[in-house]
Amino acid sequence: MNLNGWMLVLLQSALFVLLSPLLTGWLKWWKCHLQNRQAPPMTQPYYDLWKLFGKQALLSKNTSFIFRVTPYMISGVTLLAASIIPLILVRVPSAASADVIVLVGFFALARFFQALAGMDTGTAFGGMGASREMTVSALAEPAMLMAVFTLSMVAHSTNLSSVIESILSQGLVLRPSLLFTFFGLLLVALAETGRIPVDNPSTHLELTMIHEAMILEYSGRMLALIEWTSMTKLMIYAVLIVNIFFPWGISQRLDFANILFAFMAVCGKLMVLTLVLAISETVLAKMRFFRIPVFLSLAFTLSLLGLLSHIILEI
Amino acid sequence: MHQIVLVAVLVLLASALIALVDSQSPRFFRPLHFITMGLAGILLSVGGAYGLIQSQDHHWQLALGLPWLHWHQHLDTLSSFFTLIVGLATVAVAFYAPAYAKEYDKTPQPFAALGFPTAIFIAAMELVLLADDALTFMIAWELMSLSSYFLVTFQHQNSANRRAGFLYLLMAHVGGLFILLSFGIMAGFAQDFTFSSMMASHLSPVWMTLTFVFALIGFGMKAGLVPIHIWLPEAHPVAPSHISALMSGVMLKIAVYGFIRVVFHLIGDIFWEWGAALLIVAAITALYGVLSAMIQEDIKKLLAYSSIENIGIIFIGLALSLIFFGNNLPKLGGLALVAALLHALNHAMFKSLLFLGAGAVIQSSHEHDMDRMGGILKKMPWTGALFLLGCISISGLPPSNGFVSEWLIFQTSLQAEALSSGVLRAMIPLSAAVLALTGALAATCFVKLYGIAFLGKARVRSVKHIKEVDRGMIVAQAILGLICLLIGFFPTFVIEAINHISLQIMHVGLSQATSHGWMWLTPISAKTAQYNAPQVWLGLLLAFSGWAFVYFLVRLKHKHRRAKVSPWSCGFGPLNSRMQYTGASFTMPVKQIFGGLWQHNEDKSLVARNGLTEHAHTLRYKESNKDSFWILFYLPIVNLLNQATRRIGIIQTGHLRHYLGYSFFTLLFLLWLIS
Amino acid sequence: MHLISLPIEEQAILLLAGMVLFTSFILLAQPRIVSTIHSFAWQGILLALVTVLVAYDTGLHHLYISALITFLMKGLFIPWLLHRLIHKMEFQREKDIIHHPALVLLAGGFLVIFCYSTALPIAKMSNSVTQPIIGLSMAMVMLGMLMLITRRKAVSQVIGFMAMENGLFFAAISATHGMPMVVELGIAFDVFVASIIFGIFFFHIKNSFDSLDVDQMSKLSEIDR
Repeated sequence: MNLNGWMLVLLQSALFVLLSPLLTGWLKWWKCHLQNRQAPPMTQPYYDLWKLFGKQALLSKNTSFIFRVTPYMISGVTLLAASIIPLILVRVPSAASADVIVLVGFFALARFFQALAGMDTGTAFGGMGASREMTVSALAEPAMLMAVFTLSMVAHSTNLSSVIESILSQGLVLRPSLLFTFFGLLLVALAETGRIPVDNPSTHLELTMIHEAMILEYSGRMLALIEWTSMTKLMIYAVLIVNIFFPWGISQRLDFANILFAFMAVCGKLMVLTLVLAISETVLAKMRFFRIPVFLSLAFTLSLLGLLSHIILEI
Repeated sequence: MHQIVLVAVLVLLASALIALVDSQSPRFFRPLHFITMGLAGILLSVGGAYGLIQSQDHHWQLALGLPWLHWHQHLDTLSSFFTLIVGLATVAVAFYAPAYAKEYDKTPQPFAALGFPTAIFIAAMELVLLADDALTFMIAWELMSLSSYFLVTFQHQNSANRRAGFLYLLMAHVGGLFILLSFGIMAGFAQDFTFSSMMASHLSPVWMTLTFVFALIGFGMKAGLVPIHIWLPEAHPVAPSHISALMSGVMLKIAVYGFIRVVFHLIGDIFWEWGAALLIVAAITALYGVLSAMIQEDIKKLLAYSSIENIGIIFIGLALSLIFFGNNLPKLGGLALVAALLHALNHAMFKSLLFLGAGAVIQSSHEHDMDRMGGILKKMPWTGALFLLGCISISGLPPSNGFVSEWLIFQTSLQAEALSSGVLRAMIPLSAAVLALTGALAATCFVKLYGIAFLGKARVRSVKHIKEVDRGMIVAQAILGLICLLIGFFPTFVIEAINHISLQIMHVGLSQATSHGWMWLTPISAKTAQYNAPQVWLGLLLAFSGWAFVYFLVRLKHKHRRAKVSPWSCGFGPLNSRMQYTGASFTMPVKQIFGGLWQHNEDKSLVARNGLTEHAHTLRYKESNKDSFWILFYLPIVNLLNQATRRIGIIQTGHLRHYLGYSFFTLLFLLWLIS
Repeated sequence: MHLISLPIEEQAILLLAGMVLFTSFILLAQPRIVSTIHSFAWQGILLALVTVLVAYDTGLHHLYISALITFLMKGLFIPWLLHRLIHKMEFQREKDIIHHPALVLLAGGFLVIFCYSTALPIAKMSNSVTQPIIGLSMAMVMLGMLMLITRRKAVSQVIGFMAMENGLFFAAISATHGMPMVVELGIAFDVFVASIIFGIFFFHIKNSFDSLDVDQMSKLSEIDR
């Protein structure tokens, strides 16, 4: 089991990295069609990344080693985060070494370096992006951890594999706590991945940017890595939500037929979730920055309600 | 082996005496002073580590003090642990101080005014840890406060420093009074001053609670719990930087030690209500500390408020421990205690590192305000890299040591479902959510500090030409950084050692924490939560090198070198360094969202040229922040005291006959009493 | 009592109870007046659903009638009345000013914990499926009162009052499985009359102050300031 398990970890991480541009392409395809526009092919993000890798990377004169190291740092951390999430097999060996709080910490580490890289450029945009991004993430953190706590109280563990296993073993149970936690995590995921209504990922106006302003100075292969990382981050959050709240289909044994079926199942679930995301991005508008705390306090209230329903109603 | 610690104290006293005679021959005595200080630090570290790992418990008496009341001293695991902290910090300071103190040779004060109190300060802290009866404890505590007062007011030419020192001395004594009261209650029931008889005595619940309250106020005042924290952000920035490191990194932990000793060991029983009240105080402390840290512009004041935040986190762990012990869940109580102690060790290490780094920056740039710095990383690469390590650790990011202790506290609060009270089961996750918020805000705060001070362009011309500091100062920071890394790499060893404290004092241990081998940290059980620090480090390294490999492949294919160009300026022309974000602008969103917590004054004025404001050339912006607790809590007390003293002052009339009359009437009254 | 061991209709009762509590929170923080009315309507409909499920589970058929009355009054009629009123006064685009919505929501959370702990001794005496809901319904009453305190527009305050009454109804369902039919009809009629009277008052307030902001009513003070 051991060697096969670690091969599967490698396979899962590779799947995360290789399939995330396709997920983004699928999202963009649906957004365009919903908005009555001509859509690029779904493999367009791959072409974009290839193009960026081929371009020369430019460095701003004011930067130090932090600017140069950050793209590799955050891709490394995101890859590590991707390796501990059960994508197609519940009991991956890597999931045992880090639990869901460590996962939140990984994203915090990536964001720390990205904000520092933004400030390293010595421009006003970098500082603006760093300031806004850190504020939004600081406010999203209690909501996310409250959702994590509720989950771990339901599953009696913070280990991702144990959580999924316990939810699978319970069968169809109408849990109010999981319902509220699901919606709370959805809102938090919107804030953390920088989608509408928190941040518009395709904006060109610098003063409306949150995430893009931090990476404004990056070009060439460094920008390619950073773009790839944000696509992987979106896929990580999507997989986390579908596999924890709708885990049916994931394989519990390491044999080929189950793995293949699990792969199809998770692809199907991801396509549905991304479609919902595309619809919400079309229907909602980006909020003013100072309305984001209200949005995140709504997410916190949902998670808090999840916890309270667990304590009051379920025990 | 406990004699090593006593020898270390004697070496420190010798170091103090050497500092006194320093002016005779500085070239000989100055290095000797620091060498003896470093030696004492090494002895303390070795003695502390040995005592902790071997679970020692020695008691002895010294023939000092009053003839019928000798000094009782002991060295058990709790004292050894904090001795280790004192020792490690002393070693670092001994490397740092020679180059740093050269700066103060230009001031009129002699070196003895700095060196003598420093050595006495460290010796006094160690004596507090060794004390086994209340009298010895209070004598050592007083010595600690006095010597640090002289250190805080070292540069007394500045009146702000004198005020800060006075405030510090006042609050240290008020706190000492409360500690004395709590010892007094216990001594009253025990008929004796020694700790062992206090442990054996039985108090009623009311008296126990009163002792707890006095100990909380007394030790909390020294540790920096809100609202009795006001001396901390005044005194720490004013002292020389290595003293700030000692005060923030070590002295606050001595207060934590005192609290643990009194509440967990001496009082006897533990009531969970104490823990619930402490949890609320600690959560407010943590949140207020980090929010106040965010709005500071002075580097050292920011670090001081961040210490308040971390003390809040330590006390959250202690409160959880009290709640679990009070509810008859000793294993979880032990876990919370271990988590709190680990965070105390971690904070001592990375806060000292940060203060030493800040001192290095201040020494080379002669600026305190981070808005006047910028681009320091390129000029001071070693200090910058080590400071970055400190920032990562204090923000609680994996896989650093700060993350491990915060992870442990989260895991402990998640076990709240074992409690029977529904209210506690809801309040503990809520306090964990507050802890999460403070952790995220701390990361924001240190991104601001590092980004504004070290990255970007220098905002003031004088900062453009600074140089890296002396080797000794870098070695000191590297020592602390290495310790942080080691704790992050191998947390299981450290936790196993700290476990001995819980075993010895509360008679319950976490056998399961390291039961799956040295790599796996499983605080409750393997099924509940696991963390494998070496594997995470290895994974991070592999992932990083994986992507670096991709980079090299791409580099080989495309021969493009990276070019250095000017940054994007929207086509408007060259950007200057004043266009960068300042600290105030970075925290503007937080100030808007959490506004109302501080007394925030902004002063914007257009400075006109030739009297015409339409063509003003300069916009002046001045910002000042004041701690809200000044106005809410301290000023009313001060006003009340002033009014009361004014009333009492009426009896001081200045007439001789009135004073004679006072003596006369007192004599008559006493005569009547006797008859 | 563990959720997993309950049959599906009892799980559905608890799930819907959680959703009713969520609508209380929405009422606290929603600034748009029309959306507040819609949330209140949803609260009524969810309440009616819970009552139907409790009636099905316990076999008490008079609860079906209670559910019907709740659905018609709280779910359809009163929201329709308020809706019509708002449109007549051309208030539909107004927004209520809520200071610090995050703090209000947090206070709501603390209220829920407090009410749950206060109702624990009572809840321990009952052993029906609705035992956890007793504390929840008390919390709904308190949240309605919190809405009365923190809102400024008169319409929101009326909805807060109605939400309090919803909470009382919910408490009756959960603690004693319904009230006597006479009491039930009496309360329903009282609420009906109250809503009509509130409508008349809204017109008068609007005519006097040209706004429905209740803080403006401090102008009525006789003390010269």
